[in-house]
Amino acid sequence: MSAPIPFADAIAEFEPVIGMEVHVELGTESKIFCGCPTGFGAPPNTQVCPVCLGLPGSMPVMNAMAIESTIRIGLALNCSIAEWCRMARKNYFYPDMPKDYQVSQYDEPLCVDGYLDVTVPTDDGPMVVRVGIERVHLEEDTGKLTHAGGATGRIHGADYSLVDYNRAGIPLVEIVTKPVTGTGALAPEVARAYVTELRDIMRGLGVSDVKMEEGSLRCDANVSLNLPGDEWGTRSETKNVNSLRSVERAVRSEIERQAGVLSSGGRVVQETRHFHEDTGTTTPGRSKEHAEDYRYFPEPDLVPIAPSREWVEELRASLPEQPSVRRGRLAEQWGVGEFEMATLVNAGVLDLVVETVAAGVAPDAARKWWAGEFTRIANESGVEPSALAVTPADIGRVEELIASGALNDKLARQVFEAVIAGEGTPDEVVAARGLAVVSDDGALLAAIDEALAAQPDVAEKIRGGKVQAAGAIVGAVMKSTRGQADAAKVRELLLERLGVSEG
Amino acid sequence: MSTPLERDLIRQSAATLATAIAEGELSAREVTQAHLDRIWEVDDRVHAFLHVDAEGALATADAVDAGRAAGDPLGPLAGVPLALKDILAMKGVPTTCGSRILEGWRPPYDATVVERLRAAGIPILGKTNMDEFAMGSSTEHSAYGPTRNPWDLDRIPGGSGGGSAAAIAAFEAPLAIGTDTGGSIRQPAAVTGTVGVKPTYGGVSRYGLVALASSLDQAGPCARTVMDTALLHAAIGGYDPRDSTSIPDAMPDVVAAAARADVRGMRIGLVRELSGEGYQAGVEQRFREAVEILEHLGAEVVEVSCPHFEYALGAYYLILPSECSSNLARFDGMRYGLRVGDDGNASVEDVMSLTREAGFGPEVKRRVMLGTYALSSGYYDAYYGQAQKVRTLIQRDFDAAFAQCDVLISPTAPTTAFRIGEKVDDPLAMYLNDVATIPVNMAGNCAMSLPVGLAPEDSLPVGLQVMAPPMADDRLYLVGGALEGALLDRWGHLLIEEVPSL
Repeated sequence: MSAPIPFADAIAEFEPVIGMEVHVELGTESKIFCGCPTGFGAPPNTQVCPVCLGLPGSMPVMNAMAIESTIRIGLALNCSIAEWCRMARKNYFYPDMPKDYQVSQYDEPLCVDGYLDVTVPTDDGPMVVRVGIERVHLEEDTGKLTHAGGATGRIHGADYSLVDYNRAGIPLVEIVTKPVTGTGALAPEVARAYVTELRDIMRGLGVSDVKMEEGSLRCDANVSLNLPGDEWGTRSETKNVNSLRSVERAVRSEIERQAGVLSSGGRVVQETRHFHEDTGTTTPGRSKEHAEDYRYFPEPDLVPIAPSREWVEELRASLPEQPSVRRGRLAEQWGVGEFEMATLVNAGVLDLVVETVAAGVAPDAARKWWAGEFTRIANESGVEPSALAVTPADIGRVEELIASGALNDKLARQVFEAVIAGEGTPDEVVAARGLAVVSDDGALLAAIDEALAAQPDVAEKIRGGKVQAAGAIVGAVMKSTRGQADAAKVRELLLERLGVSEG
Repeated sequence: MSTPLERDLIRQSAATLATAIAEGELSAREVTQAHLDRIWEVDDRVHAFLHVDAEGALATADAVDAGRAAGDPLGPLAGVPLALKDILAMKGVPTTCGSRILEGWRPPYDATVVERLRAAGIPILGKTNMDEFAMGSSTEHSAYGPTRNPWDLDRIPGGSGGGSAAAIAAFEAPLAIGTDTGGSIRQPAAVTGTVGVKPTYGGVSRYGLVALASSLDQAGPCARTVMDTALLHAAIGGYDPRDSTSIPDAMPDVVAAAARADVRGMRIGLVRELSGEGYQAGVEQRFREAVEILEHLGAEVVEVSCPHFEYALGAYYLILPSECSSNLARFDGMRYGLRVGDDGNASVEDVMSLTREAGFGPEVKRRVMLGTYALSSGYYDAYYGQAQKVRTLIQRDFDAAFAQCDVLISPTAPTTAFRIGEKVDDPLAMYLNDVATIPVNMAGNCAMSLPVGLAPEDSLPVGLQVMAPPMADDRLYLVGGALEGALLDRWGHLLIEEVPSL
């Protein structure tokens, strides 16, 4: 097996082609073909009936809200809506499928041929990439298998498997992109930006809670590489990509892996691959060299779907503000540029900033915390920023403490780290850790004198007019006060002490 | 001293029994018990039933009697017992579809048809035998042994609903439910001298009917008289929101049509393609006599041609296996019914294969394989796709014929009942039994079979098929009622009275 080669080298040699298949669980009250509830987390096999268990004789009845949601998604993705289409049966045997066929759509999808523009930040400023949408179709979800025993948690090697059919029959929308070419080194970011944008659209439409960690938004990332000028290469299909961050990492890792295979004269195998959050790499799954024959045919238990043009236009007219339009509006309100907005979106923090501003925090401060400190903490702990245990109210309180001079920026960061670590509210953390800006001039002057004595040469430079050298003394004071001083105040006192003024 | 009604209780029509119960001449319990007694007496020879639910049937009967005593209004068939084809889900009662693979399965829910039977106060005596998953024309493909024809116990009672038809012909029940995918109500009716109707597709809910071929299956009524059939049809028919293919429009009044029983001024089309080669002489003779009667009753009989009917059988044997290969996939041993080979080491795939190998009979396997092939990538257009086109052509033939005629007629089956074992090893010969009934399933309209006499050469019943346009089921009963009345006048009794005593 050939080793992966570094991303920059991979991209220098090969052109990536990416494609995304995203499954979104619709947030309808009831399942797609029966009245069972759809809530997440119920005890296994308690949200089932003869229909979603596929018991002999049971028959499906289409959930009208599922069709409406699918059409709204299609419209939001600039698709054409079919005037007449049918559900189809996809036949294959698997124990998570109660009927051993999945009711899906095949050659007559409800929505086709749309696009979604996504913005990625580059060194030359924001770049807009148009991602073509091949199709948007409706289908039923399968049950959930849990494989017990065995080392991998996969079906092979398991002692036995348990099936939970609560998920069986939850309406699922599959959104398939056209192949995306020409993105080069940006391919991982484009993939991430696309899924992020898609998630925001779903959220704006209110059709799904789009929680990747609960599987209500699931992404398969397809990647292939080719030499410039050559035909597209063989693609792999990476599954189990369960966060926005993983989308980017999975595409990056596949590019590195495939480049390694191709560079050493190997052949990329057409297969599904599983992404592993811990290592950030993929391992092989099912081979797709011999395409399985699903024997699709029109589902005879359901009548065709024929949405009237009037209804489609009504749905189009009632679509909410598109996320891109919303971003433009927010950028204007906050007085920030496109690049800054793209950064917020790609970090997955835009909605968090909006919520924080809504809680009364100044837009600049809200953006600073979410795009800076919180994104860093989230990345380090491998979670989405939205999963951090910090609330808009916490941010508001810390900002108040900063404004009153009780905290400085450095202390505020410590407060947030503690809040996120579960040590309590900002006030509790401040009290418990004794965090407060040292504002007693006497104590500060003593610390300044100590620092000056320790670095007499620096003191001499400052006295001689090299004001920029003051930073070293300020730094030493901040260190000795364990950050609890106000740096600006220290500087002011220092210069005063030495009888010099700012350049 | 028992009254003549009590002595001949099991030979009475459902309508007569319902009236006697409503008027307090008979209790629902004694009517139900009499039929249960008859089942104990003769069913070891006929083998119409796979399961008898005496307790459930008597409980329903008692509820009817209690309701009557309390002055509750009774439905038109309240207290009249019925035999249910074992393909309809009935809560807590074994439902096997004539297959080993469902042995022991007790559905946790009622089919819509069963719900409506219960609501009508109809005691359900039990589940009747059938070809496995309704695949067959003789009931020989039941995993639980064949049903025998009460006219001659060495002969088949038709199929797939041979159990339901035999139960009626043997006076084990005055009413039965069948299902008809290619003739499974009508051909058994024809060969047992009883009446059976395949309603318009969507006219009776399929919810709870274990699917053979979803686009062809239709549950319907079986009885010994046209009026009884109409009463049962009315009890089970009508829109059901749980079946997406159910028709929301109000169904025609079939009971009024059966009562009117009038063909005066009607134009009746004789389908040229459903006669001649392959049709037994005695069948054609009785059929021609019935045509003369219809003319005599004031109908105008004309010949019509439906040129694409000759492709119906071939197209049917692509569409049906295709759909059934998918519908029967769920019988995999994972959730209910039979499970074979689960020794703790075998994989899921192995257990599925072993279960299906052991649980399905040869005819089921044959059709599942045919359908799997017909739907395969690269063959779909040539087989399933072409068959759907033939289906459209058959519909057009019907449309053209119904533009000229109110109803169409033909013999129901090309022959009378054949001997058990005669065709079981020759699938094509077996399939040809349904040559006259299949076009109606392909087009989705409705048809009735009713007895028109015994074939002179073998003294076995001959059935006549009446076909009407979709949602014109009432016309079946106008024609059937008129013809039945004329034959009753001629013979002085119903044909079924001539069935040998068992």
